[in-house]
Amino acid sequence: MKRKLINECTLRFPALSRNESFSRSVAAAFAAQCDPAASDIAAVKIAVSEAVTNAVVHAYRDEEDAGRRIVEMTLRLYSGGFLRIIIKDRGKGIEDIQQAMKPEFTTAPESEERSGLGFTVMSSFMDNVKVRSAKGKGTSVTLEKQLTTYENEQ
Amino acid sequence: MLKIYNDGRRITASISGDIDHHAARELRVSIDEVIASSRPELLIIDMAEVGFMDSSGVGLILGRLKAVKAVGGELLVKNAKKEIADMIRFSGLSYVIVNSEKRDYSTL
Ligand SMILES: Nc1ncnc2c1ncn2[C@@H]1O[C@H](COP(=O)(O)OP(=O)(O)OP(=O)(O)O)[C@@H](O)[C@H]1O
Ligand SMILES: [Mg+2]
Repeated sequence: MKRKLINECTLRFPALSRNESFSRSVAAAFAAQCDPAASDIAAVKIAVSEAVTNAVVHAYRDEEDAGRRIVEMTLRLYSGGFLRIIIKDRGKGIEDIQQAMKPEFTTAPESEERSGLGFTVMSSFMDNVKVRSAKGKGTSVTLEKQLTTYENEQ
Repeated sequence: MLKIYNDGRRITASISGDIDHHAARELRVSIDEVIASSRPELLIIDMAEVGFMDSSGVGLILGRLKAVKAVGGELLVKNAKKEIADMIRFSGLSYVIVNSEKRDYSTL
């Protein structure tokens, strides 16, 4: 079955920590248009927060103008309540994606108190998480979820 | 936002709002200040007013657990909503969660 694109939106913002709550609120509002279960909205917020926080915390680390570098979030809603979210940066990239996605793996210094659980959390709250990354070019994280809507319960 | 109730031996840190990377920095500094000055036997993190938490919150709890252990104290998290409790369990920290339905913490 081919999914029909119903709505889409792209948000571009600088890699500032204040945009973590802003971007997850936008994603929640976008998902809300198909009236999904409250737990689905909560899941979307958590996963987006993890991916955007990674772009803020890791992607532009050690770069002088880190706070002015751009993060891009694209939201796409398909027929039947299928949601796809792509979060992209043009930062340093991930050398070993498999290793990065393991629970408790982090490259952040201990003083920053990262738990290394971001990707684990994304995978457990979304149906599908795809990571593409190239060293020195950036990272893109695709999050997919079939939302439980009134419509597809019929 | 953070409210601290301190009776000298027991500190309750009552957090409200979202716990993410942005908010965690300030929370950490404020809670660590009172841990250092009061050296509590017990630090209770009250999550009743927290509507959202991501893995940054897990880092915050782990960090405070270390800080309070370093002064010989214990840490408990109470009133965490379901998603938040699930998040804490990912980190293997289930033992710090006090469940209001299963355990009586009225005396804490
Ligand atoms: N956008 C990104 N750009 C560069 N590196 C990244 C990016 N996202 C993740 N990483 C790398 O993958 C590792 C694991 O990410 P993950 O989100 O699972 O844990 P964390 O961010 O280190 O800790 P936590 O999310 O629990 O605070 C990071 O430590 C980092 O090295
Ligand atoms: Mg992370």
